[in-house]
Amino acid sequence: MSARTLPLLFLNLGGEMLYILDQRLRAQSIPGEKARKGERWGGRRARSLFVFAVMNDIITTMFNKKFMEELFKPQDLYSKKALRTVYDRLAHASIMRLNQASMDKLYDLMTMAFKYQVLLCPRPRDILLVTFNHLDAIKDFISDSPGILNQVDETFRRLIETYNCLSDGEFQLIRQTLLVFFQDMHIRVSIFLKDKVQNSNGHFVLPISGPVPWGTEVPGLIRIFNHKGVEVKRAEFTTAGNYVTPQREGSFELYGDRVLKLGTNMYSVTRPVETHTSGSSKNLASQAKENIAPNPLAKEELNFLARLLGGLDIQKPAGGETGFRLNLFTTDEEEEHAAQSRPEELSYKVINIEATQEPARRAELSRILGELDVAEPRPGSAEKGEDLLALMDGL
Amino acid sequence: QAAWCELPSRALLVLTSQRGVQMYESDGSTMVFWHALDVPELPAAHSVFARGIAAAGGRFICVGTSFGAVLVFDIPPKGTNVTLSEVLEQHRDPITDIAAEQGRAPDGAGDLVTADDSGTLCLWSTGEEFTLLGKIPGSGSTCSSVALWNGIVAAGYGNGQIRLWEAGSGRIRAQVSAHARWIYALDLAPLTGKLLSGAEDSFVHVWKLSRNPDTDDIEIQHCHAECVTDTQVCGARFCDPAGDTFAVTGYDLSEILCYGPA
Repeated sequence: MSARTLPLLFLNLGGEMLYILDQRLRAQSIPGEKARKGERWGGRRARSLFVFAVMNDIITTMFNKKFMEELFKPQDLYSKKALRTVYDRLAHASIMRLNQASMDKLYDLMTMAFKYQVLLCPRPRDILLVTFNHLDAIKDFISDSPGILNQVDETFRRLIETYNCLSDGEFQLIRQTLLVFFQDMHIRVSIFLKDKVQNSNGHFVLPISGPVPWGTEVPGLIRIFNHKGVEVKRAEFTTAGNYVTPQREGSFELYGDRVLKLGTNMYSVTRPVETHTSGSSKNLASQAKENIAPNPLAKEELNFLARLLGGLDIQKPAGGETGFRLNLFTTDEEEEHAAQSRPEELSYKVINIEATQEPARRAELSRILGELDVAEPRPGSAEKGEDLLALMDGL
Repeated sequence: QAAWCELPSRALLVLTSQRGVQMYESDGSTMVFWHALDVPELPAAHSVFARGIAAAGGRFICVGTSFGAVLVFDIPPKGTNVTLSEVLEQHRDPITDIAAEQGRAPDGAGDLVTADDSGTLCLWSTGEEFTLLGKIPGSGSTCSSVALWNGIVAAGYGNGQIRLWEAGSGRIRAQVSAHARWIYALDLAPLTGKLLSGAEDSFVHVWKLSRNPDTDDIEIQHCHAECVTDTQVCGARFCDPAGDTFAVTGYDLSEILCYGPA
């Protein structure tokens, strides 16, 4: 398995998360207390300010310099549980709050979307183009903030430096590492089902038509050479496939046309995305085995990275009244129902661990936390939320 | 990876992983031998693993590594006294596959072929000491799997091509635009020269290799195609030496699909 897979996994899943959050934030009106306050001075403006603030905060956290440095170190992939915790923390790096059910759904959507992209990549190295598509979109989200834009560009350059020189074989190993991570995940996503990209059994549709990967020839030709190397015969064979030659190759530079559509934003405000976690799935057995078996290494796995993000995290507000709660479902009742009816086998069993480790690790952690320099001081989400509203009150 | 290695005296099940190589008795009852790879303390940028397994020369088992080295193990007819006989260091890239001659090699052609990530193929003659007979340089695409039959090297590539090379001279004899995606598996039926190819494009193809002993013409014909709907084929093997039946495995597929004559 490749020790260079984690950055690609993290950045692409993060990208998908941002697409979904952006869509939901724009689609959902501000609930409860805040809504009443918000309506006072024009819903739309307030909403876009919230969207901007949330996206800004998450992207800043995601591309934190120290975090990126740690991410790019050669290492094994995290377990599903450990990775889920990282995204839990990331999603809460702003004033936005998500209930368990919404967070579960968010994670389901993110993972199935990226699994689809990895599976359908024409060449193993096209995974890099998918990553670049996500980063291009992220840069678009924060195009007005030069500080964060710089951070993202830095990461972009780092990706190019680390991956552009890898061979096809190494990319295939990375791809295989990712596919093993996503193996047996068959959560049905309504936007995929509607677009006929996923079957009702949760398996993705693999087209046998369209452009062949760059560097591959359309199947069908047999060429025979004699012992002198001269072509002496040609023959053709036909199959059910219907392939064509590709137009051009995608760009692997900092800027350029990626050509590949995988990894671009497929959500729009008007298309709500649902997942179906009930229903039969013959793979539930293997899923159950994966999630229920106790993981003695969980504590080891939730290492540095998650704690690093935890260090940037805002204190959980008492009572949970403050902060802006995002619902990934269309109504609160739906969210409640989803939480109650989620099959046991699909629960992520997020582990919350206090940073109490052996002295050596604690020392390292404290040292890094001490050195962490976040752009804006973060006294606590409660104050942050109030600050923003106070700001709006003054408008 | 897992492979059965059939030697005249015994059959062993060989497994390769990131830790090294393990060999078991054919009924899986005992572990006969295990060879650990040098795994660094912390994960390095370059992955460490063993890949590529073949029985060769009637008494050896060859296993490839991510360093490009091929380990040659001398297998006793009985017992666990397996020794590392030689380390072949001609490849500079991770080994992808190894294949031994399954038919009758013409004079001068080797009886073992090794392939790597860069597409380079090495031809060897096995024995107390293995000799390198020839090297076919890669041309930009990974050679993911190889087979060797009657002095013909059949190689499957990451860009979907199958190429036939003459083992003795190292010359290319056929080029087939076989698949639209990465070829994962090649298998050969020694009695008939049938070749099976499975790839990520969901297709499995059956081909027929032939070599005319008088004219030395080498040919490949397409016999049959199967499409395993919505599945990226990862494994494909003939179930009998004549190649009348074959089995297929795929990503996210918990079943083994078997195909045979109607």
